[in-house]
Amino acid sequence: MLRIVVCIKQVPDTEELTKVRINPATNTIVREGVKSIINPFDENAIEEALRIKEKKGALVTCISMGPPQAKEALRKALAMGVDRAFLISDPSFAGSDTWATSFVLSQAIRKIGEFDLIITGKQAIDGDTAQVGPELAELLGIPQVTYVRKLEIEDGKMKAERVLEDYFEVVQVKLPALVTVTKEINQPRYPSLKGLLNARKMDIPVLTNEDLNLPEDKIGLDGSPTRVVRVFTPEPPPKGEIIEGDLEEKVQRIIEELKKRNLLRWLK
Amino acid sequence: MAEIKVIEEKCTGCGKCVSSCPFSLIKIEGKKAKILPGCNFCGTCVDACPFEAIILEREEKVVDLSDYKGVWVFAEQRDGRIMPVTFELLSAGRHLADDLGEELAVVILGDNLKENLNLLKKYPVDKIYAVQDTLLSDYKTGFYARVLTSLIEKFKPEIILVGATSIGRDLAPRVAARIKAGLTADCTSLKIDKEKRCLVQIRPAFGGNIMASIITPYTRPQMATVRPKVMEKILPSSSSAQIIEIEPDLTGEDELVRILDKIRVESDVKDLQEAEIIVSGGRGLGKPENFSLIRKLADILGGAVGASRAVVDAGWIPSYHQVGQTGKTVQPKLYIACGISGAIQHQVGMRNSEVIIAINKDPEAPIFNIATYGIVEDLHKFLPALIEKLESLSSTKK
Ligand SMILES: Cc1cc2nc3c(=O)[nH]c(=O)nc-3n(C[C@H](O)[C@H](O)[C@H](O)COP(=O)(O)OP(=O)(O)OC[C@H]3O[C@@H](n4cnc5c(N)ncnc54)[C@H](O)[C@@H]3O)c2cc1C
Ligand SMILES: Nc1ncnc2c1ncn2[C@@H]1O[C@H](COP(=O)(O)O)[C@@H](O)[C@H]1O
Repeated sequence: MLRIVVCIKQVPDTEELTKVRINPATNTIVREGVKSIINPFDENAIEEALRIKEKKGALVTCISMGPPQAKEALRKALAMGVDRAFLISDPSFAGSDTWATSFVLSQAIRKIGEFDLIITGKQAIDGDTAQVGPELAELLGIPQVTYVRKLEIEDGKMKAERVLEDYFEVVQVKLPALVTVTKEINQPRYPSLKGLLNARKMDIPVLTNEDLNLPEDKIGLDGSPTRVVRVFTPEPPPKGEIIEGDLEEKVQRIIEELKKRNLLRWLK
Repeated sequence: MAEIKVIEEKCTGCGKCVSSCPFSLIKIEGKKAKILPGCNFCGTCVDACPFEAIILEREEKVVDLSDYKGVWVFAEQRDGRIMPVTFELLSAGRHLADDLGEELAVVILGDNLKENLNLLKKYPVDKIYAVQDTLLSDYKTGFYARVLTSLIEKFKPEIILVGATSIGRDLAPRVAARIKAGLTADCTSLKIDKEKRCLVQIRPAFGGNIMASIITPYTRPQMATVRPKVMEKILPSSSSAQIIEIEPDLTGEDELVRILDKIRVESDVKDLQEAEIIVSGGRGLGKPENFSLIRKLADILGGAVGASRAVVDAGWIPSYHQVGQTGKTVQPKLYIACGISGAIQHQVGMRNSEVIIAINKDPEAPIFNIATYGIVEDLHKFLPALIEKLESLSSTKK
């Protein structure tokens, strides 16, 4: 039977994040943390694993590295139908950049057991790096196919369609391999009521560094080659103008502005 | 290890840190700030606290990095053509190399490189590393990563720039993981901190809601992928670039991922990320057929067609047109949003466009917050009128 591992990340909901930014919280507002969601592309990763399972049979394992509350994300994955879930969590993992995250994930995957296919999202919407997939593949010593919008598995081989900016590439690779998926690959399902009830009863084991025993210089901030030294809000775009007048006048104004800015130079 | 602490005696529970935290990981509990797990020690709250109640301790290491010299640019090619982003990287790389007083080199892998080498020689680069092999004719993760890694190990560059494209973002992390190099994704600005002699990489995160400065303090090379179309292209100038040819050590048997086919998308699907003008449609179009209005406007302006997620999800238009957080991030000279409300997830994909024109009948639509020019109007009236006017202009042009 195919053994699939799906890596998911819990990320803050963008909507929440901008609310925080736009109306800075005063001391009267006490937030119970931020609302979190499963990284949208990782829901596609879960869905794809479930579809393979339904077609071919597979053992689907979902893992997430993060703080204890990332269990909620794993709980949802269980409700969607994955077979088991592990949380990879330890205070010493905090501050990991993509290298250290990939290292911890690679070691956790090895610890959990043999695998044929790893599925990740194409990128996480918080960091937007799209690096963990390829880095994880490298650290596991397996080939990668990134930005996949379609895949098929037959006789231990995977055929996949990879999205590039101006064309698609159809590739074939022998398993084990890692794919990162785009949102075009499928429409993630909602958990069923039965799924939700089941998931509530399931145990989500936590792997800490006592289980993994990873050296300090490869995890957390110390294991991370990069450092965030400053975070700032980008300059808001200059306030725009609402163009007044009747239809004719508005059209005229826009044309003038386009001319002024030399934006009509490609005019057919 | 880094450690971040709240000194409870000093903390007044004022909450300034709560709103400063870009990751929303601080809360007030029992009138004291509490830092939640997940903190990445960026230190923003430390600066925001008026009472110096938050302290961040970072251990500084001393390492010798002087073996690594020079700035490298990876020349991305598709079908044998050097991609525009390469010339943008060369101009960024030239500045960085000059600031460091080092050489700028371009690395090119492929088959039959003669023409491209001649082209590259016209630009102000100091060295060209060329690796030719039939196995390198198309981009393949395995072979490219192997060759690039061996070059890095041999010549030890200080900085490596790669385009943040679906090829560059496939290759760079593979290489970075192998040599444990720091890699910063999708940078929009790069500069040298001369005092620390390190590369300061600035990039958007959270879909552009925040910007982060990232450095790689203790290891070399410092690797970055750089967003296309942000930097100016380098101009040709007389140069005396030295070409260094390197023999690769590759065998076909190691090809793990085989390319079976390449599918071109229909010609009307101009690459959104390369387009100078994008006309996008949203649910305000009312029905799928009305996308013809968008196409027509895009056509006459010489632009590409974009869309909001709502219309992609509704099946009005294929998903490769989608702009936004779960679609494409675009930065054209002109973005025209028609019948798009401008939800934050859409905005993050297009708000860095140079000029934004929004057409929406609802004056409260959030798209107007970021539009350079807002038109409160029914698009079914405005677009045909605009198209008509443009058509008459174009006929007088001829
Ligand atoms: C995790 C996540 C990721 C997402 N990613 C993306 C993404 O990548 N890209 C994206 O676009 N969205 C994304 N969304 C969805 C986003 O939140 C919005 O739902 C979506 O952008 C809305 O699309 P719309 O503006 O076309 O539709 P609506 O919000 O329905 O807006 C339609 C607009 O058209 C106007 N209108 C109606 N009739 C007319 C008329 N006749 N003339 C002029 N104006 C008219 C209305 O006033 C309204 O403002 C995401 C959401 C989530 C939760
Ligand atoms: N902490 C994590 N735990 C599990 N999977 C992760 C984690 N971080 C990233 N990933 C996976 O890697 C993909 C790319 O993430 P990123 O490189 O952060 O953009 C995500 O879509 C996830 O599938």
